[in-house]
Amino acid sequence: MSKIAEDLLYSESHEWVKVDGNVAIIGVSDFAQGEMGDITYVEMPDLDDEISAGDDFGALESVKTSSELVAPVSGKVIARNDVLEDEPERINEDPYGAWIIKVEMADKSELDALLNASAYAELVK
Amino acid sequence: MKYYDKLIFELSKPGRIGFSLPDSICRASEAVAPAGACRPRQGRGGTTSVVGSEEIGEFCDPAKLTDSCDSPRGEQPRCKAVIWREAPLDLPEVSEVDVVRHYTNLSQMNFGVDTGFYPLGSCTMKYNPKINEEIANLPGFAGLHPLQPESTTKGALEVYVGMDKALAAITGMKHFTFLPCAGAHGELTGLMLMREYHMSRGDLARTKVIVPDSAHGTNPASAAVCGLDIVVVKSGENGLVDVEALKPLLGPDIAGIMLTNPNTLGLFERDIKQIAELVHACGGLLYYDGANMNPLLGVVRPGDMGFDIMHLNLHKTFSTPHGGGGPGAGPVGVSDKVLPFLHIPRVSGFHGNFGVILRAYAYILMLGREHIKLAGKLATLGANYIKESLKDCYKLPIPTVCKHEFVFDGLLDDNGVSTLDVAKRLLDYGFHAPTIYFPLLFHQAIMIEPTETESLETLDAFIAVMRKIAEEAKADPELLHGAPHNTPIGRPDETTAARQPVLKYE
Repeated sequence: MSKIAEDLLYSESHEWVKVDGNVAIIGVSDFAQGEMGDITYVEMPDLDDEISAGDDFGALESVKTSSELVAPVSGKVIARNDVLEDEPERINEDPYGAWIIKVEMADKSELDALLNASAYAELVK
Repeated sequence: MKYYDKLIFELSKPGRIGFSLPDSICRASEAVAPAGACRPRQGRGGTTSVVGSEEIGEFCDPAKLTDSCDSPRGEQPRCKAVIWREAPLDLPEVSEVDVVRHYTNLSQMNFGVDTGFYPLGSCTMKYNPKINEEIANLPGFAGLHPLQPESTTKGALEVYVGMDKALAAITGMKHFTFLPCAGAHGELTGLMLMREYHMSRGDLARTKVIVPDSAHGTNPASAAVCGLDIVVVKSGENGLVDVEALKPLLGPDIAGIMLTNPNTLGLFERDIKQIAELVHACGGLLYYDGANMNPLLGVVRPGDMGFDIMHLNLHKTFSTPHGGGGPGAGPVGVSDKVLPFLHIPRVSGFHGNFGVILRAYAYILMLGREHIKLAGKLATLGANYIKESLKDCYKLPIPTVCKHEFVFDGLLDDNGVSTLDVAKRLLDYGFHAPTIYFPLLFHQAIMIEPTETESLETLDAFIAVMRKIAEEAKADPELLHGAPHNTPIGRPDETTAARQPVLKYE
């Protein structure tokens, strides 16, 4: 049974979003890292890149497979967790601590389309 | 199997050489010294150790002997000084017996179709008949040079013509090009032909290629390399392309669809006629990925199913070596519609792997029109035999008659044992593992393709081992988590290998 952090929002493609004012902090869920297996590489966008909700913004590679990262919200990338370049295993160890990017949201109403913890729990049940 | 893990560099001793010849022979031939003999050696520490007398050393001055970039002392170097090597190449210095033992020991660590059963799904690891090698080693073929005058290469050209006719008869295509050297190379070639076809008609909006969610990964990859966008069509519950899901995707922006039939679940796409009509009606073309052609040999032809372009993997369906055993070949066949866009000349000196095409031609001629029809049927029979014999211990997600291969979704009663554990345990019993975790439709996929070249005894032995592993999973799951136990190398740490790869000898 995978863990689901209560205070986060989730996408159906298993990214989580932590809202901090106008900034969305984005990572992947415990369920996602469990399905992927040992993650070996994290492909991230560059700073200042514009990402749009529903489109790929990067990818995860694991021993077993690779999977695209789908943007839960639109906006500009204002930070990326460069530690993951050398230590991708942090996503396996602490999926809710190992954020991938921070995005300055263009349209906060996009958050309404995301799932809360209990709805996400239903999805991955 | 004997454990052997030395690198040839570790065998190196400064000054050691393959063989040496008496001084008299070296003096007699000033023009060329035999490779491996009489050459001054650059020691690994950068010191020069000349073999033989000073005199021989002079004869064998690398500046006189070599025309490579290795010798900055040469009077008329053929390349610019800026790209001269600064230090001598750090090549191993070894004796002949060192080399022979090293590679023989390494080869004994290997597993291939010559050592055992190799049911690797989607790869058609059929036995490679030795008659193929005999034909390819005939001096007239083996000694061919790409720059020989055409008048002396008629025999080789005849092989191409014969092969073109044979493949056209087998596939229902009009003609083939033999330039592509692998399946994915063929896919790219085929998609470029597809693009040319549309562009020649001024139909420039066709930039999308449809692939099913069960497709070989090379399909979307080839389309992306070709500059086309990929649209995924979902499979239905029965594992086949969902025609209703396909319809809304079709339109004036579709260049075509890529299908393998039977698909990667080993299931024949029964709606192929309807799919072909729909795709053609929207102006698109159909590409056939020939990786799964084996069960259709002599039974159904892609051309008759409505495909316009296809590739064949000669190293799968037509029994030439692959999987480290040799180069492949991915000839591309086209229908009348696409024929005008085929590369001209279709045969030229440095293009394609002639030796592979020749081996495949030998295979086709050996089987002949009658026997080749049996290959696909026997491959299908073998796959169904294994599937039916194991479905009470392995999860069979789609319980229908399969073609040449089928997919289990892990153990029925897994007890925490994964598909990876099962695959690793098979190695302990002397079988190559099937393809695992592909296709992606199932989380614990085990994809088994026995091919027609295995006897009933081999299939029964494999079934017995698979059943034994299912029992072991119930009784002693730890045994499986730790497998393999009897191979020279145990379970590698794939995660560390991927995260911190060591890519060169230091």
